[in-house]
Amino acid sequence: MKIKPRIGLISCSGEGLSEGMISREATRRILEQRDDVVTICLPLFLAGGQEEKDFAKNNPCITIDGCDKICAAKGVKIYGKVHPKSSIIISKIAEKQKSPRPTSKSKIKPEDEKLVQETMKIINKEIDRVKEEE
Amino acid sequence: MSVKKKSKHIIIPCSGIGKTVGTITRRATYMVTDELLPNDTDSICLPLLTIQDEETVRKIRENPCITIDGCVAQCAKKNVEHHHGKLKGSIKILDVMKENQKLKPGTVLDIGPDGEKLARKTAEKVAKIAGDES
Repeated sequence: MKIKPRIGLISCSGEGLSEGMISREATRRILEQRDDVVTICLPLFLAGGQEEKDFAKNNPCITIDGCDKICAAKGVKIYGKVHPKSSIIISKIAEKQKSPRPTSKSKIKPEDEKLVQETMKIINKEIDRVKEEE
Repeated sequence: MSVKKKSKHIIIPCSGIGKTVGTITRRATYMVTDELLPNDTDSICLPLLTIQDEETVRKIRENPCITIDGCVAQCAKKNVEHHHGKLKGSIKILDVMKENQKLKPGTVLDIGPDGEKLARKTAEKVAKIAGDES
């Protein structure tokens, strides 16, 4: 019996930007809601062993980045030698939604909730799409 | 007369998305950079270091770094060492928890009052290291 790999969600978690807080929060909420997804701490790609380096090879990945430096997407490419199946960027979602920039790097404020919800909606949609393809 | 610009300490949390301790590292970092030593410290996105961003690598080589790691993988410390950064000190949240066994943090998304206290104790340790002249 072939076991289907779970979808890997990789968030940038960017400490330097408030958008990193949104990517982290939205990703974490999805992880707590679904059992067909799995994550890895992005810095573990470098700090971990072969198992961590192979994460992106063994699991189709969706990356969730705060800004257009797209660390998570690049990390998958550098360490996994594969492209993410989908790349979500919070700053682009905010721009499209005409949302104000989140102001806190450490807490989700009530006014940021709309952006978190929209990001979760997009992540869920992408998970279902990637699952269809696999 | 040329005035040498004083270097800032770079505080680097692991921000691990998989564990509560990762959130505590992030919270502790903001306590240092925003409250305790706002003029003498700064932070970077650890994922930027993981993807070998040139500017970020230069920053950690030119400034003293203090890493805060959540788990035994010590991603923040290992990423700084890998890129030959100036590592001045490193703290493990697991050690802070051992010293404060009565404090039981909450979840990844909400570390709770005990998690906040652990973050505060960690931040104070970081500030002490940053204040040391050596």
